[in-house]
Amino acid sequence: MEQIPIMKIGDCLLVSIQVDMHDRLAMALQDELTGKVVETRARGVMIDISALEIVDSFIGRMLNNIAAMTRVLDAVTVVVGMRPAVAITLVELGLQLTGVKTALNVDSGLALIRRLIDDEEQAD
Amino acid sequence: MNIEKSTTMPVKAAEDVVRVRQAVRVQAVDAGFSLVDQTKLVTAASEIARNTLEYGGGGDLLIETLRDGVRRGLRLTFTDQGPGIADIPRAMTDGYTSGGGLGLGLSGAKRLSNEFDIQSTPGKGTRVMLGRWR
Repeated sequence: MEQIPIMKIGDCLLVSIQVDMHDRLAMALQDELTGKVVETRARGVMIDISALEIVDSFIGRMLNNIAAMTRVLDAVTVVVGMRPAVAITLVELGLQLTGVKTALNVDSGLALIRRLIDDEEQAD
Repeated sequence: MNIEKSTTMPVKAAEDVVRVRQAVRVQAVDAGFSLVDQTKLVTAASEIARNTLEYGGGGDLLIETLRDGVRRGLRLTFTDQGPGIADIPRAMTDGYTSGGGLGLGLSGAKRLSNEFDIQSTPGKGTRVMLGRWR
């Protein structure tokens, strides 16, 4: 069966979407990722979309949902690597990634996750 | 205006939406579209293909490569024989959805196209045409 691998690195989960996902695969990823956050007690989730040639409203909704669900589960989600043409198109499409944190690449994404987790721990 | 090339493909399963994106991309590259223009058209096609499948119960896509003097463009026509749309202005409103989506499909696809037309007859089906010029 088709599946998008989820890797665990320390207290973070890393997903790199390398295929053009049909809608069911996107929904399966959303469910699986939410389950994995609970199972591994991850504090951060990084989704690399640098290979995605488009983000339409369905994928956008999936990213919003993942961010919202992980927030409820006490983890932060950062989306990294959005292509410039995808960003331009998303704005024109009218899609707002509310509550989704973004970073340019995996390095700055990890740094952002670290900072967000540290901020939360200090606030506790 | 000449039609240089035309192909028809089914939009009848979830995998067909992925195939539509790939086919539109290939034709947009072929017609000499910039990367941003390709991305806009493929995204618009993905939105309408999903509507054709989810709300129209499946249908077909006609992809046409057009030439008008020095201009080249693509015209995408999605047709289904589904329940149709009773209130098109409402369906075109940002945020309105009769399903579980974000309600950006039609309005977003229109913003991403240079030409947009929708015809629908309740009980008979819907036809959505998207055009984008290079």
